[in-house]
Amino acid sequence: MAMDAARADTVTARAGGTRSDIPGRPGRRGGRASNSSRGRVGARRRTDGLWPWLFTGPLLVGVGVFYIWPILQTLWFSFTKWGAFGGASFTGISNYAAMFADPEFYRSLLNTAIYTLIVLLGVPIAVVLAWLLETPGLRFTQFYRVLFFLPYIAMPAAIALVWRIIFNGDFGVLNWAMSLVGIDGPYWIATPGFALLAVSIVGLWSSLGFSMIILGAGLKAIPRELYDAARVDGASRWRQFRSVTVPMLSPSIFFVLVVTTIGSFQLFDLLYALLGSSNPVLPQSMSVVFYFYSSGFVQNDKGLAAAVAMVIFVLIGLITLAQFRMQRRWVHQ
Amino acid sequence: MADVSAARKPPTRAGTPRDGSLWWIHVVLGVGGFVMAFPFLWQIVMSLSTQAEVQSVPPTFWPAQLQWDNFANVFRLLPFFSQLRVSLLMTIIQTVVQIVLCTFAGYAFARMRFHGRVFLFGVVLSILLIPSQVYLLSQYQIVQSLGWLNTLAGIVAPGLFSAFGTFLMRTAFVNLPVELEEAARLDGAGPLRIFGSVMVPLVGPAVSVLAITTILFSWNLLLWPLVVSTRADQMPLAAGLATLSGNHQIDYPVLMAASLMAMAPVLIMFIVLQRRVIDGLASTGLKG
Repeated sequence: MAMDAARADTVTARAGGTRSDIPGRPGRRGGRASNSSRGRVGARRRTDGLWPWLFTGPLLVGVGVFYIWPILQTLWFSFTKWGAFGGASFTGISNYAAMFADPEFYRSLLNTAIYTLIVLLGVPIAVVLAWLLETPGLRFTQFYRVLFFLPYIAMPAAIALVWRIIFNGDFGVLNWAMSLVGIDGPYWIATPGFALLAVSIVGLWSSLGFSMIILGAGLKAIPRELYDAARVDGASRWRQFRSVTVPMLSPSIFFVLVVTTIGSFQLFDLLYALLGSSNPVLPQSMSVVFYFYSSGFVQNDKGLAAAVAMVIFVLIGLITLAQFRMQRRWVHQ
Repeated sequence: MADVSAARKPPTRAGTPRDGSLWWIHVVLGVGGFVMAFPFLWQIVMSLSTQAEVQSVPPTFWPAQLQWDNFANVFRLLPFFSQLRVSLLMTIIQTVVQIVLCTFAGYAFARMRFHGRVFLFGVVLSILLIPSQVYLLSQYQIVQSLGWLNTLAGIVAPGLFSAFGTFLMRTAFVNLPVELEEAARLDGAGPLRIFGSVMVPLVGPAVSVLAITTILFSWNLLLWPLVVSTRADQMPLAAGLATLSGNHQIDYPVLMAASLMAMAPVLIMFIVLQRRVIDGLASTGLKG
């Protein structure tokens, strides 16, 4: 799921980004200029006949059946109630009303927000680590890169099982390490607040490497001369970091913030695998997507789940929009 | 936070970092790297320990005797081979079909002229902005009505079509010079030939990026398989492992061996192709 989100955001960030040349029309006449102009594609030229339809047909049919149609259907579902033997009846906004009346829904929203904020704390850490990794003359960088990237590659469902044992309240290695410095560790997975914290720690751990790699690529693109100039002016390495690196890196930082936010908002795999589907703390610890899953596929209330899905969609849209708004204030162009 | 305070301390000879002044960077990255790698190392240790050693306090950092039997016992814990088969087939089919469909469609969207091209490409792209939960319910409905619950077809179907891949491949083709096609056209080559012999060989890097992202994504996918497969022997490994979580009578070392075996194919791919995987994934975030 993290991947999914990362993919989605790649495009989200781009589509709204300032220097993108995505949509509009491609090739021939140079994409950028024609970005916003629409209509009359190749009005002067003839079309390529049937070929384009053969090339795009299979994809378009699949996308239509498995994505476009479901989107419209879910919207419809969200206004219906499902009978025991199928057959939906229109019930207006009752699903939305039920959702907004459910304290667990708000709880799941709050949990998702907390999780997202904790995972976002990883971004400044990733900036510093990526910057250290780009130190000229540093050796073993590829080795470090692999280490930091490993968690991002690992199957969340599998690695969560390892973390589950690390977090174990009786014999977990984390509580043992904490006891060495005199802290009596909690039953992480079985205590409401700590369960969410545990999930957040693992979330931060698994997303750090991806952020570092994206930021590293951004760091490589900063011209050396800027550092040389700063050095001539007597700037320390820390000063260079603050006054050259961070401002020049701000577009990458922004991208990473957007990707991380959207990815975190879709928290499911880690929560499911780390806490287990029958954990008594789930009602207090679930994320919005878990709430969606449990209403749609555990309680089998597809109408309610559809309403939740629409709310997730709108919220992600709003958050992304807000981030792009704020971008103008601080991202270096 | 430790990293930040370490960075705050400027090295004594600021500006000219020679090997000698880099030691503190190695300390920071080394400690950080150890934290990142620790769960994997711990997983390996536990997969070779006894249940008593896993549950011992203080922890047993190295088992008295390596318990290789744990790996054999995985097959009693869960239908490993059936799940491995589902995972492999799902990953291979999705990757191959995605590459084929996205390459064809990406080329058409990049270089061919047809009515509705901009509109249709916009429609495909719009999917990327919509979280997967929105179409999940209805995809389930479709798969159910086709009688595909608990089948490979059901698990695989939605993931055959990728908006991301189409976008990626289209970008790759857009960046190729037009002259190549024109030369081939003058030589009398038809669209299929231009596509197959001239253009496709030039987008190898983009294809490999798409292959890597799809392999990782398919192999690790959890929510969808969890929804459409309820029988353990019809699940991929990710879903099989996740449904074991929360079972308290479980044999931890065997569970660790199972999770290690489930991650192994992708981890090995990563270790072998490290640069390619990292750069590939980074490029999806930057240049495309």
